[in-house]
Amino acid sequence: MSVEIISWVAAGLILIAATTILISADWRISLAALAIQYLAAFWLVTRHLPLAMGTVKLIAGWMVVAILGMTRLGLSELDKEEMDTFFPRGIWFRIVLMGVVTLVTAGAAPQIEESIPGMGIPVIAGGILLIGAGVVHLGVTSSILRVTLGLLTLLAGFEILYAAIESAILVTGLLAVVNLGLGILGAYLLVAGSSPLETEEEL
Amino acid sequence: MSAPILWIVLPFGIGVLILFLLRDRFSAWIGGGTAAILSLIALIFPIDTALLVGSISVKIAPAIQFFGRSFELNTADGPLLAAFYGLAAFWFFGTEASGTANRFVSLGLMIVSLLTASIAVEPFLYAALLLMTAAMLVIPLLVRSYQKPGKGVVRFLIYQTMAMPFILFSGWMLAGVEGSPGNLTATTQAGTMLGLGFAFLFAVFPLYNWIPMLMEESSPYATGFLLWALPTFTAIFALGFLDRYTWLRTTPQLANAILFSGIFMIASGGFFAALQRHLGRILAYAAIAEVGLLLVAMGLRSSEFVEITFLTLIPRGLELTVWALALSIFKREAYSLRFSDVQGLAKKYPAATIALSLAHLSMAGFPLLAGFPPRLALWTELAAQSLTLSLWVIIGMAGLLAAAIRTIAVLVMTDLETKWSLTETWVQTAMLGVGVIGLFILGMFPQAMQPFLASLPTLFEHLGQ
Repeated sequence: MSVEIISWVAAGLILIAATTILISADWRISLAALAIQYLAAFWLVTRHLPLAMGTVKLIAGWMVVAILGMTRLGLSELDKEEMDTFFPRGIWFRIVLMGVVTLVTAGAAPQIEESIPGMGIPVIAGGILLIGAGVVHLGVTSSILRVTLGLLTLLAGFEILYAAIESAILVTGLLAVVNLGLGILGAYLLVAGSSPLETEEEL
Repeated sequence: MSAPILWIVLPFGIGVLILFLLRDRFSAWIGGGTAAILSLIALIFPIDTALLVGSISVKIAPAIQFFGRSFELNTADGPLLAAFYGLAAFWFFGTEASGTANRFVSLGLMIVSLLTASIAVEPFLYAALLLMTAAMLVIPLLVRSYQKPGKGVVRFLIYQTMAMPFILFSGWMLAGVEGSPGNLTATTQAGTMLGLGFAFLFAVFPLYNWIPMLMEESSPYATGFLLWALPTFTAIFALGFLDRYTWLRTTPQLANAILFSGIFMIASGGFFAALQRHLGRILAYAAIAEVGLLLVAMGLRSSEFVEITFLTLIPRGLELTVWALALSIFKREAYSLRFSDVQGLAKKYPAATIALSLAHLSMAGFPLLAGFPPRLALWTELAAQSLTLSLWVIIGMAGLLAAAIRTIAVLVMTDLETKWSLTETWVQTAMLGVGVIGLFILGMFPQAMQPFLASLPTLFEHLGQ
């Protein structure tokens, strides 16, 4: 029973964290919310996967947060201003979008549980919420950091659901590689254009 | 030595070494040489068959275990590996001529090995993850460290990432559908998931908007490599799905969906190509039309469709290499590749102009060139199925032909006083020359592809039988 309650708490945390990432103008708050999101996702993933494999996802997620945070911290003031012009805009619009995602989740989760028994409604709800939040995020932004956050959110949701149906170590490893790769790519794209020409060919 | 170590681990390792240890000067030769040697080994030594070389018995084992799963390359994979690594060698040698840095060769080798892993992994469904990883490695090729990332690269990343969950979920659902084929709801859901996943991977209309954007904002050579490598392995992955699940093979609605998607891509690709005023964007739309041809080949209700698909895949690699190489030579002179900037360059770069024109005409299905035999085979089968659809393919090809004529007209449009000169380096001229000769050989003697094509369909247990 307590496990079920914690799972619902995790799903609630996911909703709050995903909404925070979507509406927050401050990248620090967004990354902190992403770290919390990974913690909640870890709990939901371990409903179906062994603790060790869930830990791999958590550590990979937090490493991505660290990579993005360190990169963002190193960007110049000019870059920051350029990126922050997108926010804050249409916060209420974003909250409404998350409301729609929540409604869809509330409608879909019991039906999915009916067709795939044993997944657990909190697990399904957490997964769909993150996928929905990720899609919404990708739809409203073109900033590199925000797009990376959207993709990571979407993937985290997918991983929660996929963990319930596939427990292969190779898949867990490759998904961790994809997450880390997205983080590194996000960091690379953030700094691209801000570094001077180095090689003869580039010059 | 096992096949996965030879064709997956080794090139990946060499790619890493080149990235960290070598400068530009040697990377093209080492990377190209590695790919060429691996291609020759695949051609000469059959996998899982003992061969006596002098007094030594050589046998390449087919499989290795990795994290509890198997990576397996069988005898039937040999010709595919030979063709793929052979074309990859051409791309890598071309970096010397195109002036792209060692990063292309190192990351290219890693990408090629990951794509090879995607055909080797069992269960084959995990290929989606490897394709995604390969797609991520392409990004540093497309965006250099001194360049602001454009919209095209961001969309490419988003679409590739979105494809993976759809495909992995659909694979799981398809297994359920196999168990209860009468469940229409599950069948529709699985089919929709799979369709969406492959629509993202193949960049089916309207999801191909990133390709022209990328061609404008990134290096044409790197983008050309991406447009060659990813759809090739996506096509093999898609054929794997058709082979594995009986109901996918036998559902006429699915075949129609694939066919119509392909027709739409050919027609729209050709139409938009004819309207462009940018050489890179023209290549982008031609590549879109080529993917459309692949889809049409896969959607044919004919026992020959696997052969036609592979017949389309091999010349495609050569056409894209030659075209992208010629564009990268132009790009050094005229950065934007707009018609206004490349006007009259034929007199300064005659070899690149000829190569670009021939590659373009080949993609438009011009006789005697590499693209003609696969298009002829495709038209023959398609016309037997539907004349209307054949007409749409012809319209698409006519669009590509119009674009080719416009390109040639722009490149030769200059005053009479300008003198002809061969500005290309000898490496560039040699690479373009080899490519053009290849286009003619594959066009005039398509039986040259027979050693590859004869055994490629055996990659699939059920298809085409």
